[in-house]
Amino acid sequence: MEEVPQGCPGTGSAQAGRGASCQGCPNQRLCASGAGAAPDPAIEEIKEKMKTVKHKILVLSGKGGVGKSTFSAHLAHGLAEDENTQVALLDIDICGPSIPKIMGLEGEQVHQSGSGWSPVFVEDNLGVMSVGFLLSSPDDAVIWRGPKKNGMIKQFLRDVDWGEVDYLIVDTPPGTSDEHLSAVQYLSAAHIDGAVIITTPQEVSLQDVRKEINFCHKVKLPIIGVVENMSVFICPKCKKETQIFPPTTGGAEVMCQDLKIPLLGKVPLDPHIGKSCDKGQSFLMDAPDSPATFAYRSIIQRIQEFCGHHPPKEEHFLSS
Amino acid sequence: MEAAVEPGNLAGVRHIILVLSGKGGVGKSTISTELALALRHAGKKVGILDVDLCGPSIPRMLRAQGRAVHQCDSGWVPVFVDQEQSISLMSVGFLLESPDEAVVWRGPKKNALIKQFVADVAWGQLDYLVVDTPPGTSDEHMAAVEALRPYSPLGALVVTTPQAVSVGDVRRELTFCRKTGLQVVGVVENMSGFVCPHCAECTNVFSRGGGEVLASLAGVPFLGSVPLDPELTRSLEEGQDFIRDFPKSPAFPALFSIAQKVMSEAPARLS
Repeated sequence: MEEVPQGCPGTGSAQAGRGASCQGCPNQRLCASGAGAAPDPAIEEIKEKMKTVKHKILVLSGKGGVGKSTFSAHLAHGLAEDENTQVALLDIDICGPSIPKIMGLEGEQVHQSGSGWSPVFVEDNLGVMSVGFLLSSPDDAVIWRGPKKNGMIKQFLRDVDWGEVDYLIVDTPPGTSDEHLSAVQYLSAAHIDGAVIITTPQEVSLQDVRKEINFCHKVKLPIIGVVENMSVFICPKCKKETQIFPPTTGGAEVMCQDLKIPLLGKVPLDPHIGKSCDKGQSFLMDAPDSPATFAYRSIIQRIQEFCGHHPPKEEHFLSS
Repeated sequence: MEAAVEPGNLAGVRHIILVLSGKGGVGKSTISTELALALRHAGKKVGILDVDLCGPSIPRMLRAQGRAVHQCDSGWVPVFVDQEQSISLMSVGFLLESPDEAVVWRGPKKNALIKQFVADVAWGQLDYLVVDTPPGTSDEHMAAVEALRPYSPLGALVVTTPQAVSVGDVRRELTFCRKTGLQVVGVVENMSGFVCPHCAECTNVFSRGGGEVLASLAGVPFLGSVPLDPELTRSLEEGQDFIRDFPKSPAFPALFSIAQKVMSEAPARLS
């Protein structure tokens, strides 16, 4: 889709194609004809594609830097430790794609085949896709407005040949904007199991996370639960605990009680997590005895239980 | 199609600094707020424009949540966060009915509000306007730069944490600055180590070295490292003046030095 003009009213709006800022836009006639208001055919195409994907989980947060990508990567690693479980990790953070680095896949490129784009495999049963693989240099900036980002997300969902997958994990950027709306919209016919919402204990984070929870309610996205990250710091020398990010308003626990949402677990701040991510290795393997690893594993198990208790709707299987 | 730019509401602003990062959660809002407080303590009049529409953090950091925005002849009156009226603030946070209300907008609508924030807020006479941005290199950033460009020169302060994962995103932000002609005043490394209050051992919680690597990769000044300090975090949560209340904190010298460097290096408008 071409760049849209400043002041574009939106293709679904009543003013589409008719507003003053529509003059000169290459899509003006299309919008004015009402075609923009029709459902995107890609939604059905994506529904078809997703028939081979059993469970879809979105990892969200209103807030940046709380550990969404870290968590998504380790959820993927944790699930893929069972060789018989096929896992796919999709990074739709278009401006700040961290997943290639965290998964040790920097510099990898995407290949095209007859059946679409091939994900990059970390293990035989763990495939990854990110806009990071489409950039030729680590300095390349993706300076795109919303519509172009949406187009990329559509391609990722429609054109990547994931194959038979047990879990598709979708890592998102912070916020409640184009990427989030597009992910939910394009997957609307394909049934998302739910969202895992990441926060830190601070009110400044919870403040944004409550907005994200409202977003989920607005778009009718089920919430699997909340993970409180960077919960407590254990000094490697004296082993005493400090709360670097104090839960001045009670942390995720109080928020979850107030909003009646499950708290899946609390992950302590372990400096080795950052190091593992920087090296592109699984922290679960690097530090199997860390309290953070125990926390991750317990959370992963609860997510698996949720997916097991809420199987995809019957219709997806009947027609295949 | 745009009308000729009138100096209008930004005519009285001497320096405009954008606080950017490719990465989320590195402390852009924290640094923006602390920079504003430090500049105020140095006797400057400061405005803060919070263009993070999805996650507007600044009102809480300055204990200004729930304040109302009033209109005047020249447009919106920014909210003064102190009695002396030395720090003014505009944020979408003030326009929401409830703090939990989510701003679920696509790009074009975000662009429109940012343009209004730039053109229609009656800032008056300011020494510094600090513009806090959300993470990324997308609609909000392009809208802010385009709307502010007529009031050049602009300076950018780029924030990272020490981790390579952060540097990996922030170097893309530096490309954004280059492509849009934004002069980078310098790089700030935040969350740079934590000194255990029990045994004084310093741990590199978020790895180390990233800020200096980034500054040297991009050929821009490294302005300093700010360590992790739970007092700073708590102070922001409770809307207190960290600069006034915690001059003995390990974070204080770093923040103060960064403010000094901004004052000496930020490009000034020739009036």
